[in-house]
Amino acid sequence: MTNILLIVFTISLLYFAIANRLMTYVKILTLQGVILFGVAFIELRELNLLNLIFILLETIIVKALAIPMFMRYVIKKNNITREAEPFVPNFVSLILVTIIIIVTFIISNVINDPHLHKIYFVTALSALFSGLYFISSRKKIITHVICYVVIENGVFILSLAVGNEMPLLINLGVLLDVFVSVFLLGIFINKVGDVTSDGDVAELSKLKD
Amino acid sequence: MIIPYLTGSILIAGALFFNQKKLVSKLLVVTFLIMQWGFTVFEIMHKGATTYDYFSTDALAVLLLVTLSIISIPALTHSYEYIYKEKDNPRARGIYYGALVLLIMSLTAAYLSSHIAVTWIFVEITTLSASALIFHRRNAGSIEATWKYVFVSSISLVFVFIGILFLSIALGKGHEEGMFYEELMVLSPGLNTFWLKMAFIFIFSGYTAKLGLVPMYTAGIDAKDKAPTPAAALFSSVLMNVGFVGFFRFYKVVANTSIHPWANHVVMIAAFLSIFVATVYMLKVKNIKRMLAYSSIEHMGLIMLGLVAGGIGYYAALLHLILHSFAKSALFLQIGHLYKTFKTKNIYSIGNYFKFNVPGAVFLLLAFIVVTAMPPSGLFISEFYIFKAMFEGGYLFLLIPVLILLTMIIWSLGKNILKMVFIPPVGFDESKVEPVNSLETFSQYLLLGLVIYLGINPPQVFVDLLHEAVQNLTF
Repeated sequence: MTNILLIVFTISLLYFAIANRLMTYVKILTLQGVILFGVAFIELRELNLLNLIFILLETIIVKALAIPMFMRYVIKKNNITREAEPFVPNFVSLILVTIIIIVTFIISNVINDPHLHKIYFVTALSALFSGLYFISSRKKIITHVICYVVIENGVFILSLAVGNEMPLLINLGVLLDVFVSVFLLGIFINKVGDVTSDGDVAELSKLKD
Repeated sequence: MIIPYLTGSILIAGALFFNQKKLVSKLLVVTFLIMQWGFTVFEIMHKGATTYDYFSTDALAVLLLVTLSIISIPALTHSYEYIYKEKDNPRARGIYYGALVLLIMSLTAAYLSSHIAVTWIFVEITTLSASALIFHRRNAGSIEATWKYVFVSSISLVFVFIGILFLSIALGKGHEEGMFYEELMVLSPGLNTFWLKMAFIFIFSGYTAKLGLVPMYTAGIDAKDKAPTPAAALFSSVLMNVGFVGFFRFYKVVANTSIHPWANHVVMIAAFLSIFVATVYMLKVKNIKRMLAYSSIEHMGLIMLGLVAGGIGYYAALLHLILHSFAKSALFLQIGHLYKTFKTKNIYSIGNYFKFNVPGAVFLLLAFIVVTAMPPSGLFISEFYIFKAMFEGGYLFLLIPVLILLTMIIWSLGKNILKMVFIPPVGFDESKVEPVNSLETFSQYLLLGLVIYLGINPPQVFVDLLHEAVQNLTF
């Protein structure tokens, strides 16, 4: 069951590459939050109850509900153009993300370590690298934040892989999430939206030497 | 003691945030300084103790904590009293002081932490409070700098987190206590080298955002440029030290394993590239704050080279780190006063500083000598030891280009600082210059004096602490 969920997560990255609208990105984030909830629920049953409830609530409330809702609010409030406006054609993005997934797949097979849960590793690393790629190929600040959340979802999967031995690390991942959702989104995007007209990073490139 | 200190700082930060009265805010800042020093003295007296498992006071923590407490006095007192008289807005002042107190608190806790995850948490809090400080001016430039700083720092923290996850894979099952540095040190020979290498790469590149090295140094430059100068003084000294602590405690573990030479190569490449990048930009930059920020990157590169070279290099690297903190923070504080006179950071429009502020101009000349590590500066001693260690360690191929780059840096810094001090600026209206109180430069002189004193005639306690901080490192 976890395998199916993680494969769906990886497919959502491919969908992210070809999606055109910001709202689709937000919906993908919700989907990923729900998937993470499922994975955490299945994988972490050995954990003590309180900790498990905490993590499950975090995935379902913060990842699947709060962050996407907040993104929607920011997009509406700042009248950001609904097109994603990538620098590169979607077709190229699709190919690149596919290559990233294949390469991480090959890497995890080369490592071939008994400690390693292969499917977690592949999913997490492809989320990380495609997130970095999406950041560099999209133009708006809001898409940068969305892609950052994708990276973080990948890291969360990685922390689930070691989670039963070290629940502390999952809690740290949760902390990172809360930090980002409260701070990066809550306080900052509003302010950036006040100054720049379309939330475009091009307007944030005056500081240079 | 750490719990009362943390709660006290948070309460003071909250009170500063909500308070609107000037006198109350001054009193609160003084209370915080007294508390900071009380805590520092307490920790010095209880050196070697461990509190609540997660905090322990080792030699490195004591050294950096005292450095922080010393620098925080001028940074806090210079903040509004001297520099921001003209734009006194209670709301902005509250946020500014609150964030400054939180920054100092989280730096203290991060220095003392003995658990890799606890260090990470407090480094995260430094990002939070630092970005509030960068945002202080609330104009387009500061928003851009804050945005870049927050984003790059967040990504780098994710990198550190991934590194910690890989470290836990390297530890294997059933070693949850291995996240403590001491425990990790004991377990280190048995760690899986492949995963340890991965962990090292991620943790190192993550901490470079704070440390100010290639690859992630960029955000720090904008932050130091756009933050108010007392905050920039903290960013370019003690905030860089926190990156160093995070990295160095893990480096000690790696130095205990078979991948030590490999890790040294990684650090060496990053350090050399940092010095190179700093040189290239310093030849070109026309903004004095950015120039000093690049100079910090050059010094961090040298410190890393000291670690790579080993031997006496370890000792020299720590000495350089501490002396650089004092020198650079003093320079940044003086740039704040320079800005008050000329209302610009552009070197073309600054000049003839001797005419407007004699103590400040003499300070800039002395600071130039100290920061470029010419005798009698203490940085000369540490740099000399670093070069000696590199020579003895067989890094001559690296030493020669580094020395050439350093010469270019000295030339560029000298050209610009001498211009600011002696040559009259073009089109500057002298009638609007406010008279300066020469007492404002006093604290900077003290900091510079400390650099010279600690370099030439270091007290035995200081030397012992430095030796103790590097004692477990193998050559």
